[in-house]
Amino acid sequence: MLGKLDWSAIPFDQPIPLVAGAVVLVAILAVLIWVVVKGHLPYLWHEWITSVDHKRIGVMYILLASVMLLRGGSDAIMMRIQQAVAYQSQGYLPPEHYNQIFSAHGTIMIFFVAMPFVIGLMNLVVPLQLGVRDVAFPTLNSVGFWLTATGALLVNISLVVGEFARTGWLAFPPLSGLSYSPGVGVDYYAWSLQISGVGTLVAGINLVTTVLKLRTRGMNYLRMPMFCWTTLASNLLIVSAFPILTATLAMLLLDRYLGFHFFTNEAGGNVMMFMNLIWAWGHPEVYILVLPAFGIFSEVVSTFSGKALFGYRSMVLATMAICVVSFMVWLHHFFTMGAGPDVNAIFGIASMIIAIPTGVKIYNWLFTMYGGRIRFATPMLWSVGFMVTFIIGGLTGVLVAVPPADFMLHNSMFLVAHFHNVIIGGVLFGAFAGFEYWFPKAFGFRLDERWGKAAFWFTFTGFWITFMPLYIAGMLGMTRRLQHYDVAAWRPWMIVAAFGMAVLTIGVICQIMQLVVSIRNREALRDRTGDPWDGRSLEWATSSPPPVFNFAFHPDVRGEDAYWDMKARARQQSFEHDVPEYQDIEMPRNSPTGFVCAFFASIMGFALIWHIWWMVILGGIGAFATFVVFAWRDHDEYVIPAEEVARIDRVNLEERRSLVSMAGAV
Amino acid sequence: MSITVTVGHAHADPHHIGVVIEHPGPASKRIVTAYGFWVFLLSDIVMFSCFFAAYAVLSGQTADGPKGSEIFEQRNVAIETVCLLLSSFTCGMASIAADVRNRFWFYLGMAVTCVLGLIFLTIEFREFADLVARGYGPSRSAFLTSFFSLVGCHGLHVSAGVLWLLTMMAQVFAKGFRADVLRRMMCFALFWHALDIIWVGVFSVVYLLGGAP
Repeated sequence: MLGKLDWSAIPFDQPIPLVAGAVVLVAILAVLIWVVVKGHLPYLWHEWITSVDHKRIGVMYILLASVMLLRGGSDAIMMRIQQAVAYQSQGYLPPEHYNQIFSAHGTIMIFFVAMPFVIGLMNLVVPLQLGVRDVAFPTLNSVGFWLTATGALLVNISLVVGEFARTGWLAFPPLSGLSYSPGVGVDYYAWSLQISGVGTLVAGINLVTTVLKLRTRGMNYLRMPMFCWTTLASNLLIVSAFPILTATLAMLLLDRYLGFHFFTNEAGGNVMMFMNLIWAWGHPEVYILVLPAFGIFSEVVSTFSGKALFGYRSMVLATMAICVVSFMVWLHHFFTMGAGPDVNAIFGIASMIIAIPTGVKIYNWLFTMYGGRIRFATPMLWSVGFMVTFIIGGLTGVLVAVPPADFMLHNSMFLVAHFHNVIIGGVLFGAFAGFEYWFPKAFGFRLDERWGKAAFWFTFTGFWITFMPLYIAGMLGMTRRLQHYDVAAWRPWMIVAAFGMAVLTIGVICQIMQLVVSIRNREALRDRTGDPWDGRSLEWATSSPPPVFNFAFHPDVRGEDAYWDMKARARQQSFEHDVPEYQDIEMPRNSPTGFVCAFFASIMGFALIWHIWWMVILGGIGAFATFVVFAWRDHDEYVIPAEEVARIDRVNLEERRSLVSMAGAV
Repeated sequence: MSITVTVGHAHADPHHIGVVIEHPGPASKRIVTAYGFWVFLLSDIVMFSCFFAAYAVLSGQTADGPKGSEIFEQRNVAIETVCLLLSSFTCGMASIAADVRNRFWFYLGMAVTCVLGLIFLTIEFREFADLVARGYGPSRSAFLTSFFSLVGCHGLHVSAGVLWLLTMMAQVFAKGFRADVLRRMMCFALFWHALDIIWVGVFSVVYLLGGAP
């Protein structure tokens, strides 16, 4: 009846996951009860859960990422403490639990923090920057978000019901095969990634189509803001790389469920094929994450330097070069597999070549700042912090791209330090910069600068204190994923790293405090102009938060830095005083399709993990029925009448006029 | 006004290469939908390419089990291929019928497409069942694993296509040739033709190359 599921799945003998699970459950219940009692449920349902508005979906993506950042961060704290105390002892985490923690940490941080954070920012900003009303497929956008949330849900369920994978975040066979991982851990891993992977693919298709087919009048390719270019590159990579992940995990699941022999040691299976396939996705994946971050830095650096981006066209070229070359370097993740010197040399050189376009970008940002009137607001701090940090991460990357050096450093703590150096220093700093930069656009008030700066400095120094010692430990021969160790020389570095983790944690607390304080002081921090940073691209041309239709008229773009141009022209000619003729606007109706579909996907995923076959069929039928119901709708759009558009737009125009005249006076 | 226009052109064309064509604005819904679906199809083809790659790597790994030439029946495969290619033609007829809003020819084209798809699936299913019954199931060897997965993945797509086809017919029956229904029909046709293209790959790589003794 319930497949493999019974009471033994709940780890009554392990207090840590049980207590953690209980706390989370109580927190969720408390929030739910508060929502219901306060009567917010209809609001949440109509305005958020069923929303197909790209801005709302973007915000929900970022919310999901932030919550999962806390989960993944707790895992990190536990690991750092374990390695600080587990010198010549077992520490406080038993091996099978420790292995689950590092696997969950990697999986969560990549798939459920970094991915939703950057996809959320792209969703929120790109249609605004392109001057259009929504993404190409609004309802699919909602489906994509909720499927990502399903994946996150399944990973979290594994905390209390059953177990998570103990295989590391990429679940290499034969360890992840049935003979060495007979439990449900790998199944939780694979199914949650399959489901959220579909969500990511949908988001990728959506954003590629949006950038290529939905641009406002005059928005030629070489007038797009840099963030749109990096979004295009990143989503092209999603569309071409995520199917590889889907296929690879499908093969692993076939091995596990139906006794196939893709990656087994018996009957001719080929384990190294898994490495090749998973990294053919995995390497583009890191560029999927970091390219949008590069876009964010481009926007931020140019805005806060008060200058157009230096070398715009070389930046576009560099972005697309990275997009292409990122597919030709996957083998550097396993130089040690013995492909021979020729193959290793080719991939080593290809890996080093990627450093060239990245270097171009760094110089472009520096030259953008050179001679600019720089304002060190929080987003700018994150950007400068990124440049300093990322260069070190990039250089150690070039170092491990040298095959002979990699034979020494493969799977060592040096490698751990390297990829945290680029992912935290690149992706996470970028996500935070984007968060600080676009928060006023999404909510209509700024974030508190004092707490923001504190968060930056604690995170920045905390990062360096945590990860520089890991480089040294790696040089001293420490391999990754050690539950305990007996080498005295590593110990001090592990203690320093644990201390750094504490500083990082203070940074996260500052970030939360920033949010709390800003929400409390929101009236004082209110931005009525829609353009709090003196921005350059079109998202600042509408009010904050933007109306549901974003723009009353599709803006006319006449060059790069479209909104900067508009402001300059407006200052010369004063604002055009002719009253524009407003027209009705058709917008897509909200739809629960995404939520309902994800509900059935959750049921199906859970049932597949526990081999509850009748429930799988039920979930499948439910998901199909959801789409049929969606396809049967008669009214998929509603009309906002011209008077309403006019009323909303006039308020925005008034505020803006006063802004421009003020700027002109100065 | 003329001044701003010149300024605009200067921005778009800093090196004075030639006339700049201004982007006309967002594309129509029909174009956006078809474009997005094309992107999806490309991603689907990437997924298939992984199974093709796995087949290429594993096709020699027979683990003392049967080789391709010992189990493939060219006659069945030929019938399958004819069915699929014909169904692409009838699917095209149904698309044209939908464009000119002719219900009779639409239903007929779709029904024939459906029947051909089902014949294809039946032959494939019988081939699989026969192999399993002879002890040559997918867990017999890595070669059979990759064979069943690649061909089966295509078969699953065809099955999903048949389900979509029936839903499509039901929708035309209930809603008529509405704009959104026509857009979906266009996507369905793209999907069905793409499966044909993939079958050409399967036919060549698996049955033609593997059929040689």
